[in-house]
Amino acid sequence: MSTSEILFWFLSVLALFSAIMVLVSKNPIHSVLWLIVVFFAISGHYLLLNAQFLAIVNIIVYAGAIMVLFLFVIMLMNLNKETEPSRNIWMKFSGVISGGLLLWIFVSATRSAGEIVGKTAMIKEGSIGLIENLGKVLFTQYALPFEISSVLFLSAMVGAVVIGKKQ
Amino acid sequence: MILLTLDWAFIIEKLILIAIVVSASLVIAMYATYAERKVAAVMQDRRGPNRAGPFGLLQPLADGMKLFFKEEIIPNSSNKFLFIMGPALAMLTAMMTSAVVPWGNKLEIFGTTVSLQIADINIGILYVFGVVSLGVYGIMIGGWASNNKFSLLAALRGASQVISYELAMGLSLIALLMMTGSLSLKTIVEEQMKGGWGGILGWNIWYQPLGFLIFFVCAMAECNRAPFDLPEAESELNMGYHQEYSSMKLGFYLFSEYINMFISCAIITTLFFGGYDMPFIDESSMSVNMAALIGIVAFMAKIFFFIFVFMWIRWTLPRFRYDQLMNLGWKGLIPLALANMLITGAVILARQGF
Repeated sequence: MSTSEILFWFLSVLALFSAIMVLVSKNPIHSVLWLIVVFFAISGHYLLLNAQFLAIVNIIVYAGAIMVLFLFVIMLMNLNKETEPSRNIWMKFSGVISGGLLLWIFVSATRSAGEIVGKTAMIKEGSIGLIENLGKVLFTQYALPFEISSVLFLSAMVGAVVIGKKQ
Repeated sequence: MILLTLDWAFIIEKLILIAIVVSASLVIAMYATYAERKVAAVMQDRRGPNRAGPFGLLQPLADGMKLFFKEEIIPNSSNKFLFIMGPALAMLTAMMTSAVVPWGNKLEIFGTTVSLQIADINIGILYVFGVVSLGVYGIMIGGWASNNKFSLLAALRGASQVISYELAMGLSLIALLMMTGSLSLKTIVEEQMKGGWGGILGWNIWYQPLGFLIFFVCAMAECNRAPFDLPEAESELNMGYHQEYSSMKLGFYLFSEYINMFISCAIITTLFFGGYDMPFIDESSMSVNMAALIGIVAFMAKIFFFIFVFMWIRWTLPRFRYDQLMNLGWKGLIPLALANMLITGAVILARQGF
């Protein structure tokens, strides 16, 4: 096995294990921390695919900003054993069924995608994830969608300020 | 020496470099505590530490020893694993940033060329931002795991301060990156070495004075240094996010602050003051090793000057109030940084002749 294969398997096991731990852990703080580990594992995958910019932006935006806000909210909510609402059996039952259906769709969608069957990712190849190439593509070929999504973000920000001001 | 398709000589070279950089930053952080007390003493017309060794030079060792021998207390109601992870994360993130700083040009040892930068990645400055944005977790996890209201409040203060100032910091750098056109710290330094008047006129400070000012203020806020030391405001929050910590775990938090200060000064120097560029000396006419040594000395001298400025500011300015801090960050620095970005863009475009 080559080094990058070992890294690939290590990162995959890490990502799957921590994703399962996000769901399994009882304490929401632990869930958030495991989710951060998932983001790190995915960033590692990006690095293996030679997409350094995506890897670091994934860490800055998701692990560094969004997860901090998650932690903020969860730390401020007083989550004790006593205040935790008891879930009845039907809730659990319906949760399992809907989750299972979603998983089914994911699995069948992946299996039916013909072009990826029997192929492995090309490791350390391609240069589209490097910052120069990504910037060029974003500002030439995809300039319009890029600008539209930035307007979307701006409107979301203005909306958040308006909601915050009312109180 | 090829095993597992790895170049082991390369890995050993990098490991030695990492060991040197880490221990050097630890020693410098240790003596920064001494320097801080001496600077404070001079500002307040006192003598400062002068009992342990000549001029009190052994004081940091005595302090470290005291912290190591103190009783290790883990509160019963705390989350034990996270309680230990908090200081560990703070220390780890403080150290990780040093990987992309170019400490000098290159050395020639036994015929092999050793670059004095641990990793020259083409996203260097973004890596710094990534690590800085992770620095919040040390404070937040530590504050929450202590299960103490004061610690939690301080941790939330610290986290919101760091997130707010990160924005202005990033925006202030965009103008600089537009000028240099590269994210690699090594390239940024090499661009600056080309200027006139002994190299000084090439430094980015002359082209980006406003950007430097914003970056400097934000760096101070990111390090939780006074006047931005709200997460550890003793008079408001007992002691801050590390109230429940004792022994070396407390030491790690205090120490990581000094390491952060050292690394931020290194990054300020790299970005705005020519990095390892020694003014009025032509490095290319000397032997490689001599040039590298002079470069390291020049780099360290600039860093120590900025550490002194950090301390100078700490002992002369009073602490901000929380709303003043947020106003300065969101209503002062971010619009300024945006304006700086627009002006820089317009000037670059005008020089290219539209």
